[in-house]
Amino acid sequence: MKQSLTLGKVTKFMGLGFLSTLKDLFTGKLDKEDFKTFLRKTVVPIASILLFIGLWHMGAKSLYNIEANHKIEKALTDQGQEAADALRACIASGESGCQPNTLPSPSQVWDSYKSLLRDHNIIAADKAAFIEKTAALNETRIAQGLDPITYTGRPSFVDQIFRSLKTVFAGFLLALFIAVPVGIFIGLSPTLKSAFNWFIQIFKPVSPVVWYLLVFMIVKTLLIGSNEDSSFTISFISVGLCSMWATLVNTAMGVSSVDKDYINVAKVLKLGNFQKIFKVVLPSSLPLIFTGLKITLSVAWMVLIAIELLAQSPGLGLFVWEEFQNGANDSNAKIIVAMFVIGIIGFLLDRLMLTIQNWVSFDKTDAI
Amino acid sequence: MAYLELNNIYKTYGQGDSATEVLSNINLTIEEGEFVAIVGFTGSGKTTLVNLINGLIEPTKGEVLFKGAPVQGTSHERGVIFQNYSLLPWLTVGQNVFMAVKEAFPKKSKTELNDIVAEYVEMVSLTPAINKRPKELSGGMRQRVAVARALAMKPEMIIMDEPLGALDALTRGNLQDEILNIWGKDKRTALLITNDVDEGIYMADRIIPLRPGPNATLGPEFKIDLERPRDKTEMNDNANFKETRNAIIEYLMDIGDERKSKSTVEYVLPELSPKDFVNQFK
Repeated sequence: MKQSLTLGKVTKFMGLGFLSTLKDLFTGKLDKEDFKTFLRKTVVPIASILLFIGLWHMGAKSLYNIEANHKIEKALTDQGQEAADALRACIASGESGCQPNTLPSPSQVWDSYKSLLRDHNIIAADKAAFIEKTAALNETRIAQGLDPITYTGRPSFVDQIFRSLKTVFAGFLLALFIAVPVGIFIGLSPTLKSAFNWFIQIFKPVSPVVWYLLVFMIVKTLLIGSNEDSSFTISFISVGLCSMWATLVNTAMGVSSVDKDYINVAKVLKLGNFQKIFKVVLPSSLPLIFTGLKITLSVAWMVLIAIELLAQSPGLGLFVWEEFQNGANDSNAKIIVAMFVIGIIGFLLDRLMLTIQNWVSFDKTDAI
Repeated sequence: MAYLELNNIYKTYGQGDSATEVLSNINLTIEEGEFVAIVGFTGSGKTTLVNLINGLIEPTKGEVLFKGAPVQGTSHERGVIFQNYSLLPWLTVGQNVFMAVKEAFPKKSKTELNDIVAEYVEMVSLTPAINKRPKELSGGMRQRVAVARALAMKPEMIIMDEPLGALDALTRGNLQDEILNIWGKDKRTALLITNDVDEGIYMADRIIPLRPGPNATLGPEFKIDLERPRDKTEMNDNANFKETRNAIIEYLMDIGDERKSKSTVEYVLPELSPKDFVNQFK
């Protein structure tokens, strides 16, 4: 009993309340009263997911037919009846060389997902074998003061996901360490606010692509002469600069709009500036700062794809772009897999921030 | 020399055409050890008056003298209990009080400070709740924390801005007694702002009505010649009490009526008659 109670609390806290309802269903603890809630919270979303997949399937099928008919007709007008018949037979046989290139169906996407996982397992095994093979050699190389030999094979899809996450977190931390302190200073001083306001207003709406180019110009010059791979540096700085504005604006607003009662308390107690900022101003603006950080993280994840693509940083963005350029039979399906992975990870990141936010900040409605 | 002196205080908010004079020509003297209550309607400028005395705002004209010297900013000598408790919700009861004590006695060691915190939290009988956050406490408990926080700084004068306004009658009565107890121990000077005449009579030596703003000014003072400690039930039968109470209420009612009759705004109603629906369909 106690365990399910804690699970319920934890999942609710994380904004994943439906999980505990699901558990109650399987353990048979759901009473009739809760059944309606269960229907609404679990059955309805599942039904809508199924409906979505159904519509997608039918839509993909009709697009497939349009594309196939167009191809056959083109063959008929360009090359004659014989070629058209051959193409029709080829499409019907399912041979990969002549398939129409259009929106993949859900089952194709699922197959691609499985093939990507298989691919990952192969690469992981290969990597493990490589590490095992070079372990002894690397030890002697390190002893001699040489760089160890590292695996330089193709990254798998899962490797690319982790690389993307790394880039996003580095960019997010950069945004955090720039935007929160600057936001606090701007919020505290009206002079600084008017000094920085034009800057914020002008740079906030700048597109990720332009940020990338700007960072590229600067980093390229700074790293002149070094043959290090700068794609990671460039992409995480660009992500950070693109996404920090929400935190900057929210922090400044939170700091400048602290409840007047708290400021009066600070004055009556004659708190010093340091005490006032850390004991009164910051705790009271934490909810807004976290709202900003939540937006920053989701923006960072969103612009990451475009920036990785431009920076040739081997993450999900580059994966999508390379698959598109590749034009292989299952490329479109792989792009859709990447789309879902991006979406689901974005959702999980949002939940993660919400959990941290609930954990650190006091409830505004319970204030005073 | 009076302990606290307000000389010809005027306070105006805004400028030019939009200026409103909230307080005008306020004169008040409070002697050391005295308990003075100011009663007035809501919105009559009571909080503005309090903020002037505790140094949160400055008068537009006139001067506030505390022990002969003009008030400049807030001071630990004047402890304030705010109307809405103003506890910091992210700190526990103990931390809220500790923050104040630490500012008031920067030279004391941490154990000494903790002893003071414990003493004052015990005084308002909240020791079991010392590690709780304000949202876990009832309104009365929160106000007691605010009282402990103000008193723990050992101010020479306590300024209370409608401290019990948001509490129910029973809690109110208990807290009134507690505040009186604490005040009686070392006879600090106290200024109570309230909208409850009975509360004023029960607690104070002197009651001064505040005529409602804009242009709020102080009315004639009423001395309360009741022996301390006062008993609430006995007080109700005391002829002196009844007389004073009636006088004050009458005075306040009179200004209320005066204010109503003085209103120069005339509401011109448009000439309208109901639409004739019946004939329309004939």
